[in-house]
This record gives sequence, structure tokens and C-alpha cells, in this order.
Amino acid sequence: MFQLTESWYLVLAAMIFAIGAVGLMIRRNPLVMFMCVELMLNAVNLTFVSFSRALDDVGGQAVVFFVLVVAAAEVVVGLGIIVAIMRRRPGATADDISLMRG
Amino acid sequence: MRVEMLTFLLAGAICLGGALGVVLLRNPVHNALSLVATLFGVAVLFIAQGAYFLAAIQVIVYAGAIVVLFLFVIMLLGVDRTASLEQDPIVGQRVTALVAGLAILGLSLTVLLAGGEQVTGQRSALAPLGDGMADVNRLGRVLFTDYVFAFEITAVLLTVAVIGAVVLSRRTPGLPIDLDEFPEGPAVVHQPLFEDPAGAGEGPEGSDPADDADDGDLTTGADESDGADDGDLVDGADDSDGADDGDVAADADSEVVR
Repeated sequence: MFQLTESWYLVLAAMIFAIGAVGLMIRRNPLVMFMCVELMLNAVNLTFVSFSRALDDVGGQAVVFFVLVVAAAEVVVGLGIIVAIMRRRPGATADDISLMRG
Repeated sequence: MRVEMLTFLLAGAICLGGALGVVLLRNPVHNALSLVATLFGVAVLFIAQGAYFLAAIQVIVYAGAIVVLFLFVIMLLGVDRTASLEQDPIVGQRVTALVAGLAILGLSLTVLLAGGEQVTGQRSALAPLGDGMADVNRLGRVLFTDYVFAFEITAVLLTVAVIGAVVLSRRTPGLPIDLDEFPEGPAVVHQPLFEDPAGAGEGPEGSDPADDADDGDLTTGADESDGADDGDLVDGADDSDGADDGDVAADADSEVVR
């Protein structure tokens, strides 16, 4: 039987992060791209908590708290931008929004 | 140890399955629900590592607020099922993305596991976890002492985000669509939710003649102050400044009456 060490958590977090990065690169729906960003943030949170336990320090959990807040703010602003864009051009994908103007 | 291992394997499987679902499923609603699965799996892993408060926040904030926000936006914009993974707009995009993802995985594994089986670093630099204090107490103590400046910045960030969301989602009264691309006008005409309050006074408050007079005063006052502002900008004359002040006072009066 294998011993459950921190490395298992770190490997799992790295896999989730890689899946999120691949999704960010291959998907073109802006909403799904946002979800992939959330995946990557969660993978990093998992890494922080793992290191927090491995180093017996609460600092990692505090950083996770701040990451959660930043993620919430990011989602609010990002979804506002997406709604504003979709109102102008319905069905837009990330490739249609390649210009800074209109 | 066996229970921990079983918990880790189950939660890890849920996390990975959910992550793959987010990337691979076609329907955005299914993507959002897969994201919920991943978030719950991560919350379980948080609990397995003793971060109980963060697990609760993970479920409440992420699954309860953020994903619901995603679902709201998906429902608001309409689900397009034609979002496909078949055609590549850039040639070889998916292959390149897979290679890049594998490279990211390899690099992060190398960095994360380079220290061997034990994590290197200063132990218990801020506050030790095993001091018998409750999880919430420990985290709160650190947040309000060592990280208090970051905590205050967080408040500013949230305020800015709320104001930004309101500004972004405000519907401007002009043309809702660019006519270069859609010359026949907008496909969907948005009906205004409320009547224009400065318009005709057949609203419920418009029966009082004093209110009507106030409304007229407000609109003309706004117009005059606009004109005075323009004159002030162009000419820099002093008398238009005075007129501006009077108009502002009249505006404030009518505001109070209303």
C-alpha cells in the first residue's frame, strides 16, 4: 500500500492545472474559458493548502482566502464584460473579439 | 491511513472527471455542473488536509455564488449547442494546446516534486497549525494581524469589482449594436423596463400639478446647465459660471421636493 504524502496532492493539483490550461487554449466560448481559469485557480488553491499542511503554517490558507476573493471579483467583472460583448454581437466567440474596438 | 487514501482517490477522481468535463463537454450548462463537481472534490481535499473553513468557503462562495453566476449568464445569453470542438480556427490549435498542456504538466511536476518526498522551506513561519486552536480562529487571527493590509486592499478590490460590474452591465441609451456589422439594426430590441421619468406625467405621481411643474423645472434646468457648461468650457466667461451655479441650486431644490 502506498503512503499518502503531500506529493499526491501536488500531482493532482498539477494535473487539474494542466487540464484547465489546455481547456483555456482549445475552447472558444468565453464562458467556458472562464471556467477553465477557475479550474486553474482551484488547482493553485489545492497546492497552497497542501504546502500549508506540509510546512505546518497557516500562511498558505490565508493566501487561499485572498485567491478566493480575487477569483470572485474577477468572475464578476469578467462576466459583466462577456454580457456587454454578447449584447452587442450575439454568439461571439473568443476569436471574434480580437480587436480592441467595437 | 487507508481511509485517507480512499478519500483522496475518490475526491481526486471526482476532481479530474469534473475538470475533463469542463474542458470536453459541449453544452455550457454541463461545463458549469462539471465545474461544481471539481469544486466539491477540491473542498473534500481541503477537509482532508484540515482546512475546514476554506472548504466551507469553497462550497459557499464557489459552488454557491460563482457557479450560479455562471449559470445565470449562460441562461441570460442562451445556450448555443453549436459550440464545437471539431473545427480549428487555427491550424493545429488543439495539438499545440495538448503539447503545451503536457509541457505545463511536466514542468510543474518537476518543480513540485524536485525536493523529493518532503517539502523544503521554513516551517511554521507565521503560525503553526497544530497549536490546538480552532481553524477559524487561527485563520482569522492571521488575517487581521499579519495580512491586515492585504485584507483592506481586498475590500477595495471588491468595491471596485461591484462598481465595475454595474458600469459594464449598464445599458447605454444609444445604439445597442454597431451598424457596420448589422446594417439592418439590432436583432433584438430591448424594451425599457421603466418609463422615462422626465417624460409625460401620466405616472402615478403625475396627477399632482405641483409635481408636473417640478418635472419641467428639472428638465429645463438640466438643459440650461448643459448649455452653460459648454459656454464655460469654450469661452471661459464669468457670467455663464454664475448661471451655472443658479441652475445647480434649482436642480438641488427640485431634487429635494421630489
